Amino acid sequence: MQRWSRFNIASIVLGFAFLYLPIVLLVIFSFNESKLVTVWAGFSTKWYVQLLHNQALLDAAWVTVRVGLISATVATVFGTMAALAMTRYTRFRGRMLFSGMIYAPLVMPEVITGLSMLLLFVAIGFDRGFWTLTLAHITFTMCFVAVVVQSRLLSFDRSIEEAAMDLGATPVATFLQVTLPVIAPAVFSGWVLAFTLSLDDLVISSFTSGPGATTLPMRIYSQVRLGVTPEINAVCTILIGVVAMGVLIASVVSRSREIQRVKDEQAAFAH
Amino acid sequence: MKSLGSIRRSFSPWADPNSVPFIAVKNVTKKFGDFVAVDDLSLNIYPREFFALLGASGCGKSTLLRMLAGFEQPTSGEIILDGQSLAGIPPYRRPVNMMFQSYALFPHMTVESNIAFGLKQDGMPKADIAKRVDQMLKLVKLDKFAKRKPHQLSGGQRQRVALARSLAKRPKVLLLDEPLGALDKKLREETQFELMDLQQELGLTFVVVTHDQEEAMTMADRIAVMAHGKVVQVATPPEIYEAPNSRFVADFIGDVNIFDGTVSSAGNGTVEIATQSGFTVRVASTEPLTAGAKAGFAVRPEKIRVGRDRPACAPLNAAEGEIWDIGYLGDMTVFHVKLKDGKVIKASSLNAVRAMEDPLGYDQEVWISFDENAGVVLKD
Repeated sequence: MQRWSRFNIASIVLGFAFLYLPIVLLVIFSFNESKLVTVWAGFSTKWYVQLLHNQALLDAAWVTVRVGLISATVATVFGTMAALAMTRYTRFRGRMLFSGMIYAPLVMPEVITGLSMLLLFVAIGFDRGFWTLTLAHITFTMCFVAVVVQSRLLSFDRSIEEAAMDLGATPVATFLQVTLPVIAPAVFSGWVLAFTLSLDDLVISSFTSGPGATTLPMRIYSQVRLGVTPEINAVCTILIGVVAMGVLIASVVSRSREIQRVKDEQAAFAH
Repeated sequence: MKSLGSIRRSFSPWADPNSVPFIAVKNVTKKFGDFVAVDDLSLNIYPREFFALLGASGCGKSTLLRMLAGFEQPTSGEIILDGQSLAGIPPYRRPVNMMFQSYALFPHMTVESNIAFGLKQDGMPKADIAKRVDQMLKLVKLDKFAKRKPHQLSGGQRQRVALARSLAKRPKVLLLDEPLGALDKKLREETQFELMDLQQELGLTFVVVTHDQEEAMTMADRIAVMAHGKVVQVATPPEIYEAPNSRFVADFIGDVNIFDGTVSSAGNGTVEIATQSGFTVRVASTEPLTAGAKAGFAVRPEKIRVGRDRPACAPLNAAEGEIWDIGYLGDMTVFHVKLKDGKVIKASSLNAVRAMEDPLGYDQEVWISFDENAGVVLKD
């Protein structure tokens, strides 16, 4: 065990302060009595109550959730298919080019992705709104899913698929009964990643949405331009809470699973 | 009831010209790009036979097995199973099952569901599946582990689950890819005999791929020794060991001493070879050889006697040398004897007596000798 040196403590405090101080401030001021964001005037939950009466904000939240659910689900299906194709059919010409092209959107500036999609929708005369927004989100989250699933497939033991076919399962049955259940955790984390990315996207959404399809980040951003209200702080605190819960649950589940697995293995080799 | 031994002894369908092979591999070639994995190979495997494909890694044995299972298609030639060509039949429609080297158990299913998997694919009624799974679990002595997942089992138990799963559908042929490769030595030896008993009990045809010659010798009715995509020799274990048909087989199976030389006379059931080690070998052999031809003589270490006295047969089948190395293994002792020309040969003798008086020691002058039927002639 390494001793806690002063330097170590200082680094940790500084690092965490850098990461979390703004968020902590935001959470604290969401419970502020005063209308002035930076002046503390006592504890209150009135901004949370007021939130429930802000129809525009609630509508935006509903749009965001719907876009997130639909786009994450479709992106997961397409991304998983892409990952399967890229890991399974390794002998076709130009494979390197294709796999490179899957990764490219990860580093593409969002402004460019957004703008190019806007141009496409305008060119084909697709009225901008909920569906263009959803399509755009599918496009940019799909490659993240593909990357996550692909990394799982690289360590996938192909012989279990052969065993399934050897035992009489058709390729489709093999995929549904063997491949998919085994890679399910990776597919699920791909979905969660796609959903969170969709949830907080601002740039691409701004380019591709139309009237009546304002997402929560877009709404917050436009309200902030008129001045930060404690109401915004309250919304953000709820968002932080939701995301933190998600991360916590995911890590607790995977950790307890891991512990169980190690225990089981020890039990198996004990005799 | 007849013992397994008596069944085994009388089992030799390959010697009967009227018997019909169960699996016929006809001139099969498999190429991966420019690499020829299996090269114009033909084989017959008979019903209820325990057949081993033996060879070093990369000799094409696994590729041949995978072609039988349907995971690879022959580039040319065909495979016939029970009178039907397997060409174009996908793995999931073949009446064969395979036990994988890595076991390939489904990690997300219990032992029970692993075994039931193949039966479910066939649409067998639930009650029948449960019965069959039960039967299989009893067969491999895993009834207490039905609800466990593969990662909750030891290596030996996983091997049994894999075996039970591949047997559950009662395939006509069971293909086994290095079935015991992942087990430790003691467990491997036990399991060899269990596999043999199981095969006899169920009356199935087994085709096993292995690189372990002891495993092949113990289990198989016949062994096909493979090298570079071709079959070098197909024969029963005793034939392979005692009458290898080539230098490769003689060298690959067990220990052997090979003397190179020139045929000095041949005929009347004996061949005489003047060896490069300076002595003449007389062997009982009907090989059609002519005087002056190059030939080799192979003799196993345990067929060579080592002694202080000049043997009666000298100078035929005998040579002088000195003891170079002694390896005491408990049940037997291995001598390395250096002959006059510098060639070192191996000879082993059984330690039948507990405390030998005046045992042979290092640097001792000795004679080695062997009988006329102790070895075989290898044509070059």
